[in-house]
Amino acid sequence: MKLMREEKALLALQELYESCGYRRFRMSRFEEYRLYVQNKDFLVSDQVITFTDPSGKLMALKPDVTLSIIKHAVDAPGKVQKLYYHENVYRPGGAMGSFKEIMQAGLECVGDLQSYHVAEVAYLAAKSLESLDAGFVLDISHMGLIGATLEASGLSKDAQKQALACLHQKNAHELAALCAAEGVDSAQLLALVNFAGDAKQLDDLCAVLSAPEQKQALQELSQVVSALEAMGMGGRVQVDFSCAGALKYYSGLVFKGYLPGIHKSVLTGGQYDKLLAKMGKTSRAIGFAIYMDLLEEDASEENGLLYRIDPAGAELSQVLACAEKLRAQGSVLVSADEAVSSRYVIKFQNGEEVCYG
Amino acid sequence: MDNFINIALPKGRLGDKVYAALKQAGYPCEALEDPGRKLIFENPEAGVRYFWVKPSDVAIYVERGAADLGVAGKDILLEYAPDVYELLDLGLGKCRMAVAAPKGFRDDTRRTLKVATKFPHIAGSYYTSLGRDIDIIKLNGSIEIAPILGLSDVIVDIVETGSTLRENNLEVVETVVPISARLIANTAQFKFKNQKILAIRNSLAKILG
Repeated sequence: MKLMREEKALLALQELYESCGYRRFRMSRFEEYRLYVQNKDFLVSDQVITFTDPSGKLMALKPDVTLSIIKHAVDAPGKVQKLYYHENVYRPGGAMGSFKEIMQAGLECVGDLQSYHVAEVAYLAAKSLESLDAGFVLDISHMGLIGATLEASGLSKDAQKQALACLHQKNAHELAALCAAEGVDSAQLLALVNFAGDAKQLDDLCAVLSAPEQKQALQELSQVVSALEAMGMGGRVQVDFSCAGALKYYSGLVFKGYLPGIHKSVLTGGQYDKLLAKMGKTSRAIGFAIYMDLLEEDASEENGLLYRIDPAGAELSQVLACAEKLRAQGSVLVSADEAVSSRYVIKFQNGEEVCYG
Repeated sequence: MDNFINIALPKGRLGDKVYAALKQAGYPCEALEDPGRKLIFENPEAGVRYFWVKPSDVAIYVERGAADLGVAGKDILLEYAPDVYELLDLGLGKCRMAVAAPKGFRDDTRRTLKVATKFPHIAGSYYTSLGRDIDIIKLNGSIEIAPILGLSDVIVDIVETGSTLRENNLEVVETVVPISARLIANTAQFKFKNQKILAIRNSLAKILG
């Protein structure tokens, strides 16, 4: 049986995560609504499908997996939980804001995290993308660095929010105008918005971002990016500060992954210690989610394999042999009456196979 | 993956001006200069593919990746908040989003203010920032007649020269935000076609800056 791209991807990811010691976390479809209300800014959307269960509790169909995993996190020195999942979540996704069932895969590493755990999760994010398409790009950034630079900018709190939005949009012109309007120096923020590069180029930022918090964050970022480059991910992993999460929750590394042929990021994640602190926990946590539904968008692989054989003028044995050869290559043969427009048509002329397409 | 840079241009005067700048920057496309009903044009040598779309749809084409680059007004970007990169203020199509009211209008702050607009998100955000309670009336055109007919107290709309307002006995009460055309990019394609996209951005910045 031929597996769809999403199904093949899930199997590959499962194998990858289990080989790194992650255990599958399976959840029920429902969660108490209050969990999401208390942390609604952490969600992709604050709209949730709710219902009242027989005991009168207001429940929700899960819009997110991370919150369900970390609410059970146990604070203990040296203890680290490594969990992965692939679950359906329910959130607005249609053009008219209608709800969609979305397959989400990902992992969470929660507990007494060390630098190695952070680097391992970033590496697994890159490996996950690589298993989906070798032409991937993983953007990495650091919310500690962004937060410290916004604080040091001298901008008012409202203006800091606008500056973060400018950073997210690579909008240097409005960022400069915002700083000018508040009479503050824009050099540090512009250095972030204009930056895109590798670990070596990060050294140039050290000259501009020299406060102790900035230096520490830069060092953390540089260490992880250098480690990924040393693991052969150079050229596919890049530092880009438009990759930014909510400062309220994210404290350290954040990342976004892109695949060729898909119009938006398929992977998002980061270190969200502040969310655990908000829940009264001392543990730290890092993880990422992959939106499997987006993989459908790049159907080039499947479409490229569609063949139709026109048997006119050929011996039956010749047609059968031709079909066998195409199937062995992993191609799919469609019949002439199928509405699908096949990419390639095999015809026989003077006993020879000719491929049109 | 397609090696062309796909550029969505807004139909109309703004699109013509942007194309003229792109042509000057080394991205011409002769076919596009012939009037006709075609909507998609290519220049394989320059590696660009242009298409004309409705100005309000440019951001959708770019956000969904059908176009790598596009030119959209800041009004559209503020209203629909598409997830795109805003790479450059082209300084073209300059105007402002403003609150306008009949001459001599005085806001009765004891009442809910009735606001007619094509831009409910921009109007809503603006009045929320002021803490003013409003009733938004979403219209699709001829906004100026809403206060004249008593449908609304004020309007929030784009003002260029102000002549339409004057002809309808309206005046600008407050500027909400200045507007101009912006060069926008799809966030994912920016990763994969980075050098080409930045080359176009930098050329346009040089010509229009």
